[in-house]
Amino acid sequence: MRLCAAAFIFAALGALPVLAAEIPAADRRSGYSFMSSDSKAMQDDDTANPGMLAVLEGETLWQTKQGDAGKACADCHGDAATSMKGVAARYPAFDAALGRPVDLEQRINICRRDHQQASPFPNESHELLALATYVAQQSRGQPITTGDDSALAPFIAKGRELFMQRQGQLNLACTNCHDDNWDKHLAGSAVTQGQPTGYPIYRLEWQAMGSLQRRIRGCMTGVRAQAFDFGSPEMVALELYLMSRAHGMPLETPAVRP
Amino acid sequence: MAALVNVPPKAKRGAVVEIKALMSHIMEPGYRRTAAGELIPRDIITSFTCRLNGAEIFRADLFPAISANPFMSFFTIATESGKFEFEWIGDNGFVANAAANITVE
Ligand code: HEC
Ligand code: HEC
Repeated sequence: MRLCAAAFIFAALGALPVLAAEIPAADRRSGYSFMSSDSKAMQDDDTANPGMLAVLEGETLWQTKQGDAGKACADCHGDAATSMKGVAARYPAFDAALGRPVDLEQRINICRRDHQQASPFPNESHELLALATYVAQQSRGQPITTGDDSALAPFIAKGRELFMQRQGQLNLACTNCHDDNWDKHLAGSAVTQGQPTGYPIYRLEWQAMGSLQRRIRGCMTGVRAQAFDFGSPEMVALELYLMSRAHGMPLETPAVRP
Repeated sequence: MAALVNVPPKAKRGAVVEIKALMSHIMEPGYRRTAAGELIPRDIITSFTCRLNGAEIFRADLFPAISANPFMSFFTIATESGKFEFEWIGDNGFVANAAANITVE
């Protein structure tokens, strides 16, 4: 999101009280529904959707033996179409050993470290995004169920608090745009509801795949706030809140976004 | 590098068929600079070719203004069964190939 664009609506939004009206289930809309017909066509056609390249690369990595353990993901998890079906639709999930939620990328890196004895992939690396996209694509069309695990409740509450909290030089909360003004435009872009249904996405502006965390960091920078670090507990809490807020919506990975 | 090619597996003789090819590539234009001000060297695909049974049926030159992961879509007339071969050539010795078969009846 462009800085000047956020400044542009500051005058309008800054004067409003925090309405924080959550979007009723019946009105929930994926970012897909706000896109032009060209972008929709690109997402819908598996032979034109650039996100499918990440799926292909992820499939190759899934089969490749790595690390000191000399094991591939497939050696333990078998056919991803069976073993990974529905998994991404319930992430971030509570990790009992760590006592906190982990997102899909973190979960994959835990397997790399503990089960493959390999060094974790860096955040936003080609490999990590490819594996996450491949795993998430196995849940395409499945309803999001994140948050059903009651151990997550305090972390979802934390994420909601962050979503509602004004921040940055523009003093705007996520909710000011994504709950209160989702049907409006911001300098030509649809504001949208900020739904996390398609991640990792192929974003045309990035000319590349990117994670939900990268997308959130873009919005934080847009309101001139110090963006949370990749993998920080605040970031995972926000992801978790967004996914629980999208409960029941179908996963679209790999989505295309403008 | 991953490539995604799409050719109808079967076609009637004389029919117009669409061929689609998507190639994974950063297409770094060579005009951008790092935060430290250093020029990021150009790294693009410069040429794409499609052959049917060895005979060239489509060729395109690519330039820095073309987006990352270039997508090509073009049409040909189904004349004979055989193998479409795709080739992408670019900077830094980049070469990638893919193939797909078609049966013309
Ligand atoms: C100033 C308004 C504004 C604020 C505040 C804002 N966003 Fe956004 N957000 C946008 C716009 C505009 C887009 C769409 C940009 C585009 O597609 O070009 C967007 C996109 C998104 C998306 C992508 C949705 C999709 O379909 O993939 C997510 C997720 C998101 N925002 C989350 C957040 C979170 C979390 C916060 C708070 C940290 C936040 N946003 C704060 C304006 C805002
Ligand atoms: C040596 C066996 C092994 C390997 C190799 C392995 N995993 Fe795992 N994975 C597990 C086990 C066991 C679990 C269950 C949680 C635990 O005990 O860590 C798991 C859990 C997961 C989960 C969470 C599933 C859920 O239902 O929540 C994902 C996703 C996952 N692995 C992905 C991967 C990926 C991607 C790779 C390759 C980079 C990989 N794993 C490699 C053994 C392995």
